Amino acid sequence: MSSELVPPTAHTSIESVLDVQQHTALQRLLSAQSLWVTVALIIICVVMGVWQPASFATSENFYNITRNFSFIGIMALGMTAVIATGGIDLSVGSTMGLTAVACGLTLEAGYPWWAAVAVGLAAGGVVGLINGIIIAYVGLSPFVTTLGMLSIARSCAVVLSGNRMLYNFGPGGAVFKTLGAGAINIGPSFQASYPLVFLCVLTAILALVYKFSGWGRHVLAIGGNEQAALLTGVPVKRVKAQVYVVSGLAAAFAAILDVGWSGSAINALGASYELLAISAAVIGGANLMGGEASAYGALVGAALIYVIRNALLMAGIDSNWQGTFVGLFLISAVYLGKVRGAKRE
Amino acid sequence: MPALELKGISKHFGAIHALNDVDLTLQHGEALGLMGDNGAGKSTLVKVIAGNFLPTGGEIRIEDEPVHFSKPVEARKKGVEVVYQDLALCNNLSASANVFLGREIKRGLWPIRWLDHAAMAKRAGELFAELKSETRPRDLVRQMSGGQRQAVAIARTRLSAAKLVLMDEPTAAISVRQVAEVLELIRRLRDAGQAIILISHRMPDVFAVCDRVVVLRRGRKVADKPIKSTSPEEVTGLITGAIHVA
Repeated sequence: MSSELVPPTAHTSIESVLDVQQHTALQRLLSAQSLWVTVALIIICVVMGVWQPASFATSENFYNITRNFSFIGIMALGMTAVIATGGIDLSVGSTMGLTAVACGLTLEAGYPWWAAVAVGLAAGGVVGLINGIIIAYVGLSPFVTTLGMLSIARSCAVVLSGNRMLYNFGPGGAVFKTLGAGAINIGPSFQASYPLVFLCVLTAILALVYKFSGWGRHVLAIGGNEQAALLTGVPVKRVKAQVYVVSGLAAAFAAILDVGWSGSAINALGASYELLAISAAVIGGANLMGGEASAYGALVGAALIYVIRNALLMAGIDSNWQGTFVGLFLISAVYLGKVRGAKRE
Repeated sequence: MPALELKGISKHFGAIHALNDVDLTLQHGEALGLMGDNGAGKSTLVKVIAGNFLPTGGEIRIEDEPVHFSKPVEARKKGVEVVYQDLALCNNLSASANVFLGREIKRGLWPIRWLDHAAMAKRAGELFAELKSETRPRDLVRQMSGGQRQAVAIARTRLSAAKLVLMDEPTAAISVRQVAEVLELIRRLRDAGQAIILISHRMPDVFAVCDRVVVLRRGRKVADKPIKSTSPEEVTGLITGAIHVA
């Protein structure tokens, strides 16, 4: 029927503006929060590098910082998907504890490394699936559901571990530890830990998913207007459940790398990490109201948090002040997001 | 062959009879104004046709085929498209993303399939051009005027070969200038052979673009007349009950 419509004659300008965007690529780049966080990160690194070249700007410090923020960065990646739908996942820290114990028990029982990885991912996936089903299909609030799961998963981790540290890893232990503790050489003097490599690869994959997959588009649509998504036939419930599974898997993967790096599994792993993961995602530009997600933002947000901590330490400031600075950056990031939002309306 | 035929449609919510024995026939290329006071049953009737509610009784036929919708998606598959009152748009996505929401164009082979942004933008641009709307496919809906947003919502209905377009108060929340723009969009749809049901409170809109007017009162159809043989005064009387039946 559309072919019967008369083609426009008076509005010949329409075709010529088809490819025009009100926001050019440059404008969009400049309005992206992750860009400004990157700038802040570079400034801090340059200042610290000039001021403390002997301790900050060393390959060893680079290796340590990048590995440390990779665990949080990987969790934050999963968190961006949840936040993009307008939800929140408070259970990721406890999911790490449960995953650590699950991996530890599997290795202590003598199973190979890949079995431990599979069991760990399954533990995180199941926690996420339970969250997702309760939130999407039963309809409880994400905050309360994942707060409950924060308590449940940690408690299960303590019970399963018998409240002891698991470190007598069997034959699978060596490869498992390499996953978290290994590194590749970049250039003559720098090393990138495997967790950093995994973080970069996962960030690239998730960025492509947000930009080019139907699923990524639906995640953003749900965060933008859930009712509209539902009316246009987006499988809202399924996608909402899936984002919590993604978050659970991300937390589990971070835990696997963390256990591998430290060489032992404790049930307290990841306690209060949920706050760091949420902070990293938000500093990187995720909007808690939903509808915005940036995989790169999660990476750079996590990096900023750890570089600030490291810089304060190197500057000789009492480590108890770290939380204050991280908190100030978080609040500034939200304020920046609000200002940007106001400009766009 | 009528685009839509309703026979004895009823919808009861417990003791409340929202619709009682409503008959309606709509031809292709015909624009029908559906009017009535608040609570007269307009929204319920639209929701029954759009698949949000199953009717308690009666029969719905689309091009002579009996249909039973339990979900809006099923209605859409049979060619029933709805423009919702609040437009059901995602402000954070582009115009073209909104047009294709839920039925994106993808490329590649399963399981690696990715969105074809260029094809969607091109098709959305063509649809906006057909509607003579100066809406740019890649702009975010957040930045758009009420008229442009309406064009996005209407363009969505033209993605598939829709047999019937339901428009729920499309001019309720926009400026006077944009109302004219939207009415023009509706005329174009009708002239292209589309069957349209326009639900509206605004008498001038209905008289400007519709061929026929149906008035509901307390869940019953009290009038079904060609627009040429009635007047705003008569329709007002029918809506309020001052005139009993016409």
